[in-house]
Amino acid sequence: MLVLLGIAVIVAGFLLRFNPLPVVIASALVTGLAAGIDPVAIVAAFGKAFNANRFVTVIYIVLPVIGLLERHGLQQRARALVLKLKGATAGRLLMGYMLFRQLTAAAGLLSIAGPAQTVRPLVAPMADAAADAQVGEADPLGEEVRAMAAATDNVGLFFGEDIFLAVGSILLMKGILEGYGIVIEPFHLSMWAIPTAIAAFLIHGFRLLLLDRRLKAKRK
Amino acid sequence: MIGLAFIYAVGGFVFAIFALLAARDRRFANAAFWALIALSMWAGDRLGDLGNGILAIALVLIAASGRMRTQVVIPAEAGISGGGKTGLRQETPEIPASAGMTGKGNWLFLPALVIPVTALVGTLVFKHFPDIFEAKQTTLVALTFGVILALGICYVWLRPRPAEPFAEGGRLMDAVGWAAVLPQMLTSLGAVFALAGVGDVVGQIAGAAIPGGSVIGAVIAYALGMALFTIVMGNAFAAFPVMAAAIGVPLLIHQYHGDPAVIAAIGMLAGFCGTLLTPMAANFNIVPAALLNLSDRYGVIKRQAGTALPLLAVNIGLLYWLAFR
Repeated sequence: MLVLLGIAVIVAGFLLRFNPLPVVIASALVTGLAAGIDPVAIVAAFGKAFNANRFVTVIYIVLPVIGLLERHGLQQRARALVLKLKGATAGRLLMGYMLFRQLTAAAGLLSIAGPAQTVRPLVAPMADAAADAQVGEADPLGEEVRAMAAATDNVGLFFGEDIFLAVGSILLMKGILEGYGIVIEPFHLSMWAIPTAIAAFLIHGFRLLLLDRRLKAKRK
Repeated sequence: MIGLAFIYAVGGFVFAIFALLAARDRRFANAAFWALIALSMWAGDRLGDLGNGILAIALVLIAASGRMRTQVVIPAEAGISGGGKTGLRQETPEIPASAGMTGKGNWLFLPALVIPVTALVGTLVFKHFPDIFEAKQTTLVALTFGVILALGICYVWLRPRPAEPFAEGGRLMDAVGWAAVLPQMLTSLGAVFALAGVGDVVGQIAGAAIPGGSVIGAVIAYALGMALFTIVMGNAFAAFPVMAAAIGVPLLIHQYHGDPAVIAAIGMLAGFCGTLLTPMAANFNIVPAALLNLSDRYGVIKRQAGTALPLLAVNIGLLYWLAFR
């Protein structure tokens, strides 16, 4: 039971709004010590996993390209493009993006879009511009439309990727079930991800339509 | 073989330049932070497990010192008509509008699209050359090529000063700040949890909390357990082995004879609903808030809650109906 103290550390750190990084290290130490592991061995185990997972931090190499293009007006271009489209609304635009994200993720293309690559330079400014056009001035919902752009990216990714056979979570499930002597083809796991993917599109899509309705209600 | 070594060489290079530029601006905490990540990318395999652990602790100490600074602090109300709205448009107020719309027209989208298109084409093409490209890493390798290609196009076409893309990229990197390594740190915490047997204990408690003989009770406990444990760990991958061992396999599959494929697949997706709700999934929820200059760092999570909670309920229903057809 004592090893659960590490989880308590995380919850407490979150409630007290501490910086998460020291909270994570503290939780690792508390958990390891509670399990009777030598402190040096805890740090080594932490370091080993840290090194093995460096690839999750590599995505930031896109920032120099994005930063330079922004300096040359990429976001303004994205806004101008949307303003020329007839009938473009923030909700419809994000729904189109969600469909794109779900379909490409289902095809295994997880890293082709994301908050740094597409949401910040393109999707958020486009949705923002569409919202401004809907309201007829700087839209009063403030940051909500941009936050929704990031949320839409996540929903599309999460509930698209498990339809792809070779994604990490499918392989993890297959491996763990095999440990219990239950052998399943990846195809069957990915197939059963489809009902939830459709539900995710309907629920989030409905909320995007509501966003459009709220913007319309604020029209001057 | 072109694989992780190549990706880490490029990654280390980019972070090293971020570090040098931060040092030039006398923001030494940022410089040290990015330099340590560059070191980790370049030399991580030679530092040893303990060395990497100490490196991770050093990163935490720098972040906890509170000395990391963003480059330009722009007041929230920086004179923009319409007022009160911070963010994208105000971020580079020093650029005149004419510069924002240079004669490059919509061609400006091209280098931005080179990255995803190269990642797409590369992923499909590289698979056919397993002798040259590490099969597991084709997408990341292709993405890295895409970045190099896009950067090359930018240098030839836009003729920036050599350091300019990195100065602009560093501006964004500093906005992300320490949150950049949180996902990596949480994965490491997961490894320590596994070593300490946290999953077994959570599983015993979850198993004990279910009323005996109730299929729907077990389904709900399993799905909520996936979501809650994911919220704590920031990662459904850490929650799945725990909940499978506690409820999924012994109760839902063995005792109640549910379909294992449905129980695994939809259980994982119930966990993903938890991912939408937690600041611990920093790369999905906190980093985008920083990248979009949201004043509320939980802004993205708040927008996601309205989708995640109904979807979790749908997943519980789907589990019950589809696994026990």
